[in-house]
Amino acid sequence: MTGVALLDQHLLSVLIALPLIGAALLLFFPREGNGAIRMFTLLVTIAEFLLSLFVVARFDVATAGMQLVERAPWIPQYGISYIVGVDGISLWILMLTTFIMPITILSTWSAVVKNVKEFMVFMLILETAMVGVFLATDLFLFYIFWELVLIPMYFLIGVWGGERRIYAAIKFFLYTFVGSVLMLVAIIVLYFHHHAVTGVYTMDLMKLYELTIPVNLQLWLFAAFFLAFAFKVPMFPFHTWLPDAHVEAPTAGSVILAAILLKMGTYGFLRFAMALFPVAAADWTPLIAVLAVIGIIYGALVAMVQKDVKKLVAYSSVAHLGFVMLGLFAFNLQGIEGGILQMVNHGISTGALFLIVGIIYERRHTRLISEFGGLAKVVPVFCLCFMIVTLSSIGLPGTNGFVGEFLILLGAFKVQKWYAVVAATGVIFAAVYMLWMFQRVMYGKITNEENLRLTDMNGREVAYMLPLLLFILWIGVYPQPFLRRMDASVNAFVTRFEAKKQAALVGSPAGEPMLVRYFGVKK
Amino acid sequence: MTPIPFDKPAMIQGLYSILPELIVIATAVAVLLADLVLPERGKKTLCHLGIAGIAIAILAALSLGPGRIDGFSGMIVHDGMGLFITLVILATSLLTLLMATGYSEWEGTQKGEFYALLLFSTAGMLFMAKGTDLMTIFLGLETMSIPLYCLVGFHRNRMTSLEGALKYFLLGAFASGFLLYGIALMYSVTGTTKIPAIAGMIGDLRLFRNPVFVVGVGLLLVGFAFKVSLVPFHMWTPDAYEGAPTVVTAFMAAGVKAAAFAALLRVTLLTFPALGPVMTNILWVLAFLSMTVGNLSALLQDNMKRMLAYSSIAHAGYILVGLVSGDVAGGQAALFYLLVYAFMNLGAFGVAMLLAHKEDDGYDIGNFRGIGFRYPVLGGLLTLFLVSLAGIPPTAGFIGKFYLFSAAVKNGYVGLAVLGVLNSAVSVYYYLRPVVYMYMLPAPAGVPVPHPPRTAFSLALCVSAAAILVLGLAPRSILAFAERSILSLLM
Repeated sequence: MTGVALLDQHLLSVLIALPLIGAALLLFFPREGNGAIRMFTLLVTIAEFLLSLFVVARFDVATAGMQLVERAPWIPQYGISYIVGVDGISLWILMLTTFIMPITILSTWSAVVKNVKEFMVFMLILETAMVGVFLATDLFLFYIFWELVLIPMYFLIGVWGGERRIYAAIKFFLYTFVGSVLMLVAIIVLYFHHHAVTGVYTMDLMKLYELTIPVNLQLWLFAAFFLAFAFKVPMFPFHTWLPDAHVEAPTAGSVILAAILLKMGTYGFLRFAMALFPVAAADWTPLIAVLAVIGIIYGALVAMVQKDVKKLVAYSSVAHLGFVMLGLFAFNLQGIEGGILQMVNHGISTGALFLIVGIIYERRHTRLISEFGGLAKVVPVFCLCFMIVTLSSIGLPGTNGFVGEFLILLGAFKVQKWYAVVAATGVIFAAVYMLWMFQRVMYGKITNEENLRLTDMNGREVAYMLPLLLFILWIGVYPQPFLRRMDASVNAFVTRFEAKKQAALVGSPAGEPMLVRYFGVKK
Repeated sequence: MTPIPFDKPAMIQGLYSILPELIVIATAVAVLLADLVLPERGKKTLCHLGIAGIAIAILAALSLGPGRIDGFSGMIVHDGMGLFITLVILATSLLTLLMATGYSEWEGTQKGEFYALLLFSTAGMLFMAKGTDLMTIFLGLETMSIPLYCLVGFHRNRMTSLEGALKYFLLGAFASGFLLYGIALMYSVTGTTKIPAIAGMIGDLRLFRNPVFVVGVGLLLVGFAFKVSLVPFHMWTPDAYEGAPTVVTAFMAAGVKAAAFAALLRVTLLTFPALGPVMTNILWVLAFLSMTVGNLSALLQDNMKRMLAYSSIAHAGYILVGLVSGDVAGGQAALFYLLVYAFMNLGAFGVAMLLAHKEDDGYDIGNFRGIGFRYPVLGGLLTLFLVSLAGIPPTAGFIGKFYLFSAAVKNGYVGLAVLGVLNSAVSVYYYLRPVVYMYMLPAPAGVPVPHPPRTAFSLALCVSAAAILVLGLAPRSILAFAERSILSLLM
């Protein structure tokens, strides 16, 4: 077999393995050769991105199910396999991951100067884990990648972070770990339930999808999955680790955290919690939608009063992810497509915002809004980038944020009018805090002498900011290619969701009070 | 009295079934004899002699294979289960001796009796694991424990060592007493001490109306609970673990646990299904208490050795979850976990030994500051072992816990599984603390230099690390081996 054919058959596995191999090779680099280490890591991540373009090229728009599937027995006597695949739901999140990585690596050139080698090793392990999370369709494999993400991120925050990094790192680790261990039990219960019904042990997600799970079991399993994902998203009131982690993490860590890690939560809801337990998901939609709307409003209000730009961006993430959740839990084509697109948008826009904050922090070693003012005159290129990103974060028409929010509100309006109305006010709040922040930082008089000596963005910084700006405008103006590849999968998702819900509700009609359905309490 | 007839083939078969044990004992004796003739400079050879002996014993055990060999008219049996635990114990012993090469030099335990005691204790563990008669198990237990009492107090001029040894000895002696009394009571009712025979009688309900028998079973359980340090019989553990020379601590934690759990598995799997929900409930409570008390106490420790001691109590609780499940899956998970635990525990103690610099206060967690980046290999290894102990993928510790909790869920103990995973979430906090100290805090001015490891020591650490990664990523053959072992026990 030629190398090309081999690559073609194992494209997804290569995507998972490549960063890890890169990390292993990095170990042989001398500690002092920072330049070579950075360059090598950049090349690995760029190669990864180029390879992932093949996935888009091979992707069949008309197919709803998993594509490029690879499977191999792993622990066969327990039905645990290595299964990876990609569909319209995971495609763009995978692409986002491989796309953000080289940009992030490039942004660390002057930001990370101590222990560069270890930093890069952790970044590459992180990439393997993240790509694995979005590609795994075996529950066991998924869980392994899901937890593996924690270790490098913990080190990135704890070693290269700011003043209170240790506190933030431990808080991040413990919160997300506690959330996910209960999911592990739920996975095991689901696994034995599948065996009890069909006599087959399997962790294959596609096989588990076919299962009709009794309503009262769905409740508990959904609750466990919900906790794991709600912590990761993070939904209000599970979000308290996020500002700490974001603020203390180094710029690269914040970018990855915002752009990819939070998406693991929303993606998990879509792929696992909602798809596996439709009745419970539908029943708890009111609660989740309320929490999402609270997140939108609360995140915006808290962002408004922040003095630290990074903290402001962190709280804006809480609001933005509230939007994503609202879209997903509309359970219709617009809402879910909007949700997925908004995941990508948030990754690009908020990633870019964190990079902007990083650029200014590297120069001034402060992120307090009050320290700045009137920067527009001193650093015009920076100002232009900042403005486009700000507008995208607000969701101005013509930028990516608008398309996503519009679809979400459209989807939400169909099912939950009032949630959509309240959420829409969140858009206004977003405009308030972002523009106000932008104005205070960029316009007005230069009050601080030091700001006069600021240098504008250098070639390297422009180089990593440019692709982000490109995508902000591309998705904003012409989202069709992105949406088109989701259509088949999301349509199939919605159809299957309804069918599964009806199947599980036989003998337990939707009109029945919840207590009766879940606990068998009879009047 | 009629003379006991001498059955030559049976005798040979009996000796054959305990071939690894015989080799270990012979090695121990050889070490003692060699100690007499060797000059002071040549004492290093004693350790190498021990290593060679254990290696031969491993080969012997493997050559016996997983087939069943009964020995000494049902007093002892070599079966799949015996083979599995024999290998776990011999691996523990081998790693301990490999680590002892360096440790003995800088701590002055380079003495013949040190190695001989370790080997005798190993032999006791092996007998415990293969005993199918309560008397054999008791003899094995004593052969294992008495050398350990001496080993814990081996640093004769250190107060902590003496205190630990005294506590361990006193409570250990009590435990033996309980166990023996329990056996006596059971014997008085059933008229036999053979486990299969008792298991055969246990279907008879009259047995359970007899309070003497029930008390006997209870006392037996208490004796085992002392040995594997289950709460509330764990009081001696932190002091004994802290006081003992660190190699011995590592050996104790892994080896004693494997041997005692093997014996407990034999007793429980054969007899407890008939004993019904009462016994399961007792084990359930013991598992819950051990996990919770162990983990919560470990949170408060500033000394690495004490932290690992409390964590070993918690791990005994996890393993007991497999026994609560009481079926093949549970037993298999418990066996697999015992193997994994041996590697990660020995590994963690091994690195700590190198980093700790000196016995008395070297294990204070503050001493680990800033070591991670300065000594990347040692830091990385310790991190790997701790991550595995915490049960985070993709390490063997995760796979082990996964199967333990799976077994619990399969048998309907979802509550216990939930408590277990919540406990492992708690444990993450203290397992990560040394990591925080190693990587995230600046090194103080006079950071202690770790001992440069001897080749054998490095080998032990590398083997443990490799085992953890391999068992984490490709556990299937060992899991299948563990399953066959449990099935062989139930036949």
